[in-house]
Amino acid sequence: MIDKQQSQISRRQFLATTGGVTIALFGACLFPGCTQQNAQMSGDVEWVEKEVGVWVRLLYDGQMIIYTPSAEMGQGSMTSVPLILAEEMDADWSQVRVLQSPVDAEVYGLGWSPGRDKHMTTAGSRSIRHYYQLMRETGAQIRMAIRQNAANKWQVHVSEVITQPGEVLHEKSNRKMSFAEVAKFGNFDILPSVDTLQLKDPKEFRLIGKDIPRQDIPEKTNGTAQYAIDVQLPGMLFGFINRSAAHGAKPKLTNKQAILAIEGVKSVVELAHGIGVLATSIESGLQAKGQMQIEWGSTLSDSHNSVEDLAKYTPDGAQEIRQQGDVQTAFQMANSIIEASTTNKYVYHGQMEPLNAVVFFSTNKKSAEVWVGSQAPDRAQKAVAEKLGLEVNNVAMNLLYLGGGFGRRSLSDYVAECAELAASVPGLPVKLIWTREDDLAYGAFRPQLRNFFKAGIDKQGRITAWQQTAVGPGGNMSSRGAEISHYDIPHVRLLRKELDHGIRTKHFRSVGHGTNKFAIETFIDQIARSQNKDPYQYRLAMMQGNARARKVLERAVEMSAYDPIPKEGTAMGIAFADRDAYTCGVAQISLNRDTGVIRVHKYWCACDGGVVVQPKNAIRQIKGAVIMGISLALKEQVDFSAGKVVQSNYTDYPILRMSEMPESIDVDFIYSEEVLHGLGETGLPATGGAIASAFAALTGKYLNDMPFTPERVLQVLNS
Amino acid sequence: MKTNFILNGVKISVDAPQEATLLWTLRERLQLTGTKYSCGVSACGVCTVHLDGKPVLSCSLPLSVVEGREVTTIEGLSKNNDHAIQLAFQREQAPQCGYCFSGQVMQAASLLNENPTPTDAEIVSHMDSVLCRCGAYPQILKAIKNIVQAGRS
Repeated sequence: MIDKQQSQISRRQFLATTGGVTIALFGACLFPGCTQQNAQMSGDVEWVEKEVGVWVRLLYDGQMIIYTPSAEMGQGSMTSVPLILAEEMDADWSQVRVLQSPVDAEVYGLGWSPGRDKHMTTAGSRSIRHYYQLMRETGAQIRMAIRQNAANKWQVHVSEVITQPGEVLHEKSNRKMSFAEVAKFGNFDILPSVDTLQLKDPKEFRLIGKDIPRQDIPEKTNGTAQYAIDVQLPGMLFGFINRSAAHGAKPKLTNKQAILAIEGVKSVVELAHGIGVLATSIESGLQAKGQMQIEWGSTLSDSHNSVEDLAKYTPDGAQEIRQQGDVQTAFQMANSIIEASTTNKYVYHGQMEPLNAVVFFSTNKKSAEVWVGSQAPDRAQKAVAEKLGLEVNNVAMNLLYLGGGFGRRSLSDYVAECAELAASVPGLPVKLIWTREDDLAYGAFRPQLRNFFKAGIDKQGRITAWQQTAVGPGGNMSSRGAEISHYDIPHVRLLRKELDHGIRTKHFRSVGHGTNKFAIETFIDQIARSQNKDPYQYRLAMMQGNARARKVLERAVEMSAYDPIPKEGTAMGIAFADRDAYTCGVAQISLNRDTGVIRVHKYWCACDGGVVVQPKNAIRQIKGAVIMGISLALKEQVDFSAGKVVQSNYTDYPILRMSEMPESIDVDFIYSEEVLHGLGETGLPATGGAIASAFAALTGKYLNDMPFTPERVLQVLNS
Repeated sequence: MKTNFILNGVKISVDAPQEATLLWTLRERLQLTGTKYSCGVSACGVCTVHLDGKPVLSCSLPLSVVEGREVTTIEGLSKNNDHAIQLAFQREQAPQCGYCFSGQVMQAASLLNENPTPTDAEIVSHMDSVLCRCGAYPQILKAIKNIVQAGRS
């Protein structure tokens, strides 16, 4: 139950002015006349409670609040991050309410590596692994503080005071108190130093690893879960924008007066990349959007025809990013050289909730309030502040559920746009809605890429030298995952050639691994087959230096009873991936040779999960990532013609439907008590390679170009 | 233009422009935001509601079509989030981002109304019209199968 309407005065200021004991009124919107109802727990009741550090509030009625720092976009970290704190604190989970933390990176954010600035971006399967230690330590600090306060009250030594969920006990005198009772008299101003504390032995865990129901689920089965698009405010205007069909083109509206004359239209806003309109109803706004006559300037992307351009990519002029060993010499010494090139097309995030935001710019133009589903609310806040000429502290943020993120919602373009529209109508809230067509046409896509591979093979058929040249747009995104250190290949070189077509590209679930793992694994598969080796055995032989990777590969083979020999029209394929967690995917497919349709019947995924806080939820994440991966591999591509996106909606950009999903997807974790791996994306990258490997087993032909649409499959079959 | 219809068991009258759809009227005039906008062209099923008990795509349905008829949205399906399909989705922890789930719930409820004992193939065929980008299909399917099995036993 995220309290969606909690207005966010800087939490540090809040703490400073209230000095620990607070009387909080939830749902106090800055927006005047805000009538939004709040989560069931709060109502209009005043709560008496104790702040315990910045993460926890102990309510005197026995409930407790734990803040979640991550955006909830379906991955479940809203439950699993607070769960880690509750574990070490020995909280009674049935009394825990999770609230979205304030947007304050210094307090609630983390740097992604030591020394880097703190921020609040939820991306890269990082929430659990980055917050795990902090949540455990914070929980342990609070538990100790509760014990100490109880010991003082009972006048016994703290070592004699133990906890059980939600309670402190002194067994010798047979006394106990709830955490809420301790909260009433306790002093939590200074929490004990982490160095003095012993964290729980994982064997004592009551919550971690036990599959606790997600807090967001009930709201999501009855339509009460609030997304930004659901926000209702009095006097709210509806905003729509016509954006340049070719990214970067400048607009000139030629019928502004006619648009302003449409009933219900309140203002027309000229933006650098499009023309916006504000109207009193959805219908007026859409009508105005549809009737705008706009002349577009020229732009770099005008000349981009993606299919033709991709076909023309060459490795000439690529620059070395890294080299291990001496690839050139190793190629000269090799017994044979194998080369191949692979491609992938642009793909679209396609999250079910189109982009949208609500912004209120105050009448005096001194503050603003934002309602948004964002993977980077602190950056969104900054973007709004910049557009409105405000200090960041004067932009109150309300982070709501995200109807899918997948990387698209860590860009703040849509929030900044809404601020620009709101700037034209101070005192009136604005809801900006992207139509589905807008969302696709003005997407920010996983980049298209051509990979050129060259491998040196020795007399035993082993790879001694490896060179990958990644050509296409996308900057670092396109070289992420171009990594094969889990294979024992002595000489390895990666080159990159960046091309700019003027197209907006963006991280997409599993980022570069999504494309590079397909490319790498399908090339390795082809090398194995060219040496008459079982693709599994061939990989296994190259993993002698990495026991962790080997174990994952072996587990996948074991669970799937992998067989390289096709049977009864079906075949199995295998691929390995290292998107933080190691995974190995095995796909069983069949092929309709008349239509070119590939059907994935079964899929298996082994994963070195490490510490898995919510195992069943993690399995559902991996299944979802596998389904998305199959969708990308079989169906999805965005094409550009003269810089304009060709596809318009789910009608011509199909994503996988239930009837197309595998009949079974099995996921198996290799657990550990020490390491943590991100699990939200890791199921995705092996899918394309596993399907292509199965296709090769079935037909002896290679699918080097993703997606494997029926037309392309038929071309390959007939080649 | 006034349209009179029964919404979640209550007779109502709504004033809306002629081009208004049921979806945007529910969401922005009546503030029933449980029904979601996603594709706007009847391609994704996310906006599914019941019209006289049958599933319809509210994004493409002119408001005038519901004149004198009965509309049920997710808000009217059950009072306490306890329709069999809601409970089954909760048990399977099926929603991820959750945005498609009003559509999944309404589509599944209409199947069970019409045919309490569908085969697996009938379930898939009926549910195929509602997209889920998170890939929650396995849990959606399992939840419905569980209800069917419980009904049979």
